[in-house]
Amino acid sequence: MKIIADTGKCVGAGQCVLTDPDLFDQSEDDGTVIVLNAEPEGDEAEENARTAVHICPGQALSLA
Amino acid sequence: MTDVEETTTTLPLERKCPFSPPPEYERLRTESPISRVGLPSGQTAWALTRLDDIREMLSSPHFSSDRQNPSFPMMVARQIRREDKPFRPSLIAMDPPEHSRARRDVVGEFTVKRMKALQPRIQQIVDEHIDALLAGPRPADLVQALSLPVPSLVICELLGVPYADHEFFQTCSSKMLSREVTVEERMTAFEQLESYLDELVTKKEADATEDDLLGRQILKQREAGDADHGELVGLAFLLLIAGHETTANMISLGTVTLLENPDQLAKIKADPGKTLAAIEELLRVFTIAETATSRFATADVEIGGTLIRAGEGVVGLSNAGNHDPDGFENPDTFDIERGARHHVAFGFGVHQCLGQNLARLELQIVFDTLFRRVPGIRIAVPVDELPFKHDSTIYGLHALPVTW
Repeated sequence: MKIIADTGKCVGAGQCVLTDPDLFDQSEDDGTVIVLNAEPEGDEAEENARTAVHICPGQALSLA
Repeated sequence: MTDVEETTTTLPLERKCPFSPPPEYERLRTESPISRVGLPSGQTAWALTRLDDIREMLSSPHFSSDRQNPSFPMMVARQIRREDKPFRPSLIAMDPPEHSRARRDVVGEFTVKRMKALQPRIQQIVDEHIDALLAGPRPADLVQALSLPVPSLVICELLGVPYADHEFFQTCSSKMLSREVTVEERMTAFEQLESYLDELVTKKEADATEDDLLGRQILKQREAGDADHGELVGLAFLLLIAGHETTANMISLGTVTLLENPDQLAKIKADPGKTLAAIEELLRVFTIAETATSRFATADVEIGGTLIRAGEGVVGLSNAGNHDPDGFENPDTFDIERGARHHVAFGFGVHQCLGQNLARLELQIVFDTLFRRVPGIRIAVPVDELPFKHDSTIYGLHALPVTW
């Protein structure tokens, strides 16, 4: 699993950071997503990545 | 413009039970999930009731939030401004690409980390108000003692608005959101608050500091060479209203709901780690700011198998979507352990609530502190006598008498 973030679509809501702060952070400047770990391993981290993709309001996240 | 189209349903629909969406939503979702409805403004629009349709509409680039456009579906009679006093640009009424730039200028102020940094100060504010509550007479009105002052103080300090003026802006806000006042009264409240913030921003421009959000925005705009007084007034207006009114209502509604569901309350008292999940569930079951998810189509576009034509208004009934059984199992059950975060109580798409992480933090601190420090708290009147805000654009409680 690989997390792909499109910062151009990110609206800075922070839903991904709330979902898993080990996978995601936000830029202090404009609030956009920073992927801390693009290749989550283990059931919990992978489930969190899927949740983050599903709830992202800007649809800025996808999985490959 | 005369609209001769006949509709059988007119919004807003009424909540029969204060803890549930209007029962008509279920009938609409089952029989006619995308239907033509009448609006209080005299317009006709499409009403969406399924979660997936609402999410699709709110994330489509073919819908506009421009509230000044005559096609925008209004839930109250339209306000007409004098030509010499145009509406200020406001994030909630802008479309990309202008919206994207304006939101990016400010969203860094509301990141999860920035909000966490406010935790000690919010805790202090909550503790002071609970001290005063406990020292005062019983019963007390929790709305005045806690629900309204806590988020008002927090947003005032964040923005740099003097809290001493809270009665003024709270009165303006409740008039603007009331369905019971005349168009003129609503407009007067709007203009009074706008003039107040216009003056406040002007004062700050003369002496801008990094100490508050408005000051930081002024300095940021200057550095970028694009100072825009009107945009700052619009931003201050939106953040001040949205920053206190919504959270205040969720504090009151959440307190009542948790007290009415002692088994659920016991779970968060035993494990405050569950409070955030309880807050997501409270946000879902009440969905208090439903009119924030209205748009109009800018092109012919199909949503959920229905063709919406360019220029037609669409009302995303987010409270119906948040009770869609295809999105939430047993949607009418209040279950703090549901763990469903895909609700649309904060909206969806590029306009999803800017202050959502501030709201979550305030609610978390308030609930954890209130039920820990006032363990014997109870509602002082029968629940069916509580004054729920059936008359307001944002749902909530006018008053909440409690004792302990």
